[in-house]
Amino acid sequence: MNETTHIEHRDYIGAKLGMWLFLFTEILLFGGMFLVYAEYRQVNTADFHEAGREMNVFIGAANTIILLTSSLTMALAISEIHRGRKDRSVLFQAATVLLGVGFLVNKYFEWSDHIRHGFYPDSPQLLAMSHGKILFFGLYYVMTGIHALHVVIGLSVIAFMLALTLRGGVSGADYVKLENAGLFWHLVDVIWIYLFPLFYLIT
Amino acid sequence: MEQKPEQHFVATRTFVFTWLALLLLTGLTVEAAHLRMGEWSMIANIAIASAKASLVLWFFMHLKYERKLFKVLLFVPIATISIIIWLTFFDIWYR
Repeated sequence: MNETTHIEHRDYIGAKLGMWLFLFTEILLFGGMFLVYAEYRQVNTADFHEAGREMNVFIGAANTIILLTSSLTMALAISEIHRGRKDRSVLFQAATVLLGVGFLVNKYFEWSDHIRHGFYPDSPQLLAMSHGKILFFGLYYVMTGIHALHVVIGLSVIAFMLALTLRGGVSGADYVKLENAGLFWHLVDVIWIYLFPLFYLIT
Repeated sequence: MEQKPEQHFVATRTFVFTWLALLLLTGLTVEAAHLRMGEWSMIANIAIASAKASLVLWFFMHLKYERKLFKVLLFVPIATISIIIWLTFFDIWYR
């Protein structure tokens, strides 16, 4: 097994603590939006139920499974590099990136479908609807949009880590960067775990 | 300060079981939505989502194997959000 040799001083706890503190600000960012959702849903319950019917539960569930699986491959990528098995870690990182891209491809088809049906911010069809439905679609686009932006950022970071792993910048002796990338990716997964029932399953 | 990375090897099957549990809970949450229990189906969905989030945090995000400081700190944002949501709902209910 790969034993860590201490040539330079590294602060692993500090690095991870810093990442967690950043994740807390992300929790508060999405928490604020969940609060707005909760309040508007409470006030416009019937409208939210009806608007939720426009959502494709199948795509939502498929994307949930994709993200959960990508979290598994990310956890395994870290566990493999921890054991010093670089090749396997690279494979799992590549799988994570591919699954993330799959999530975005689904999202593309889903949003194209909404737009084809006339459901997009400020569309004439949407503006003719009740106040609660406009709010539902507004929240839907903002929350899943900012989440999708996080997926894009997470993917880019993991792709960068993949390159670093191949070059030896991430190795069994020093993989805290990959761990922190993983923490970000898992948080993106956690946020989706809440977005899925709130937007797709409220009918 | 010299610190070693955590030398705790987590078994691959731990992660695979976590993933299977997450898939199972996803199926359950879709089923719960079909039951048409009114307000209770939303409560069930949030409870299941929180169970899934806890699994991801505890195993995938290694919280189980981190020192206590990390676990305690996580309560700060969660408590903040919970208190704010709670107070807001008191305003909606009793206005």
